[in-house]
Amino acid sequence: MGKKKNVQPPPPSTSTLPELTADGEGNVVGEGPVVVEEAKKEGVKPLEVLYCQGELRYPIDVGCDDDLVIVCSFPPEFCEFGSSLTRCKAWLHEEHPDLFDKYYSEDALVEKTALLSTEAATKLEKDTAKKEAKAEAKARAEEERKKEAKVIVKRIERNKRKYVTSISGLEAFGIDLKKAAKLFAQKFATGASVTKTVTGGEEIVVQGDVSDEIVDMFEEANESSKESALKGVPEDNIEVVEEKKKKGGD
Amino acid sequence: MFKKFSAADASGQSILKSSVQRSIRATLLSQMNWDAETLELVWPKKEALVLVKCRDHISIYTVQGEPLFFQHFDGPFFPTLRLLQKYPSLLPKVQVDRGAIRFLLAGAHMMCPGFTSKGGWLPDADAAIPKEKAVAIFAEGKDHPCGVGLTKLSSEEIKSVNKGVGVEIVTYLGDDLWSLKKL
Repeated sequence: MGKKKNVQPPPPSTSTLPELTADGEGNVVGEGPVVVEEAKKEGVKPLEVLYCQGELRYPIDVGCDDDLVIVCSFPPEFCEFGSSLTRCKAWLHEEHPDLFDKYYSEDALVEKTALLSTEAATKLEKDTAKKEAKAEAKARAEEERKKEAKVIVKRIERNKRKYVTSISGLEAFGIDLKKAAKLFAQKFATGASVTKTVTGGEEIVVQGDVSDEIVDMFEEANESSKESALKGVPEDNIEVVEEKKKKGGD
Repeated sequence: MFKKFSAADASGQSILKSSVQRSIRATLLSQMNWDAETLELVWPKKEALVLVKCRDHISIYTVQGEPLFFQHFDGPFFPTLRLLQKYPSLLPKVQVDRGAIRFLLAGAHMMCPGFTSKGGWLPDADAAIPKEKAVAIFAEGKDHPCGVGLTKLSSEEIKSVNKGVGVEIVTYLGDDLWSLKKL
């Protein structure tokens, strides 16, 4: 969502909604038909809404591409209820100082607190702090999970000398499974499909024993600068296992 | 409805027949407060309306990948919050007091006292909102709507009963439909 400037406050609903509001004032009713007539010609232009781009990063404020970024995306007036208020404030201060003054100046704060009892105000403050901490913890957990996650390349014996290779756990690294499967199919000239596992996740099944080659492919994708569907899996997180068919099964 | 939602919940996309699109266009015009020209800006005649079927009988209608409307079973059409913020007068307005915003943004249904207290606002008796009607939920001291709801009581009943759920929240600021910009 691009940054939009020039936010107009929405028109008072009375002027655009003459029939829905019960405002019996003469001037409002007088204005009504004019607006409608204008609309007949070209339609009402949409209001431009500004969305906050204040963001919460983890690791905190490092600023490289693979940071986890949560953008607030609320209209700035609602940032106080979001989970990254401090950063939203900083963003607004930089990009739209006028709006910042409107929402966070001394006067505005006094007005706001006047609406609430002090008790409720402190509670709200506490809640905001709590929310912020929570969002951060969530981001951290996500990061942690990504570090822990393992891609498992499994060689499954199908029929003595025939194998299939299944690759599971790719979702955690933000890889498009369909694209990856296509890539494998092309590379090895075999069938490769995305299948659902019993546990609810999805895995890629490639025909043939290609486990070593697949590991190499992941490495190559990381090293080369070219865009690849397999990019983003650290070598250490790949595990190769083998599954033999149980003896005497058939 | 959209507290937990992701693109994975959408089971299929299909372009609608033009006759169905025509009837949807008519329904949208009758259910919401706008004229054909305005709708034309949001959803140009040339663009096809895509129906995205989701779990729990939710259908989302998108134009060029951008969700615009959604519907539950054969219920009324709701505009998405982003659309509503562009055209705040699409739906009848109700307003909750400041204390309720916190709960609204957590997805709670809105209770009657939130509308009848000092910061809340309901239309007067001669413009009363019937029940089971889509409404735009505004908040005290804020310019933009922050939720879309379905009235469970008529606005007059809310005033007289003044207890329990008055408006069910369908989508709100910060839920998963809000974060979903393209489908």
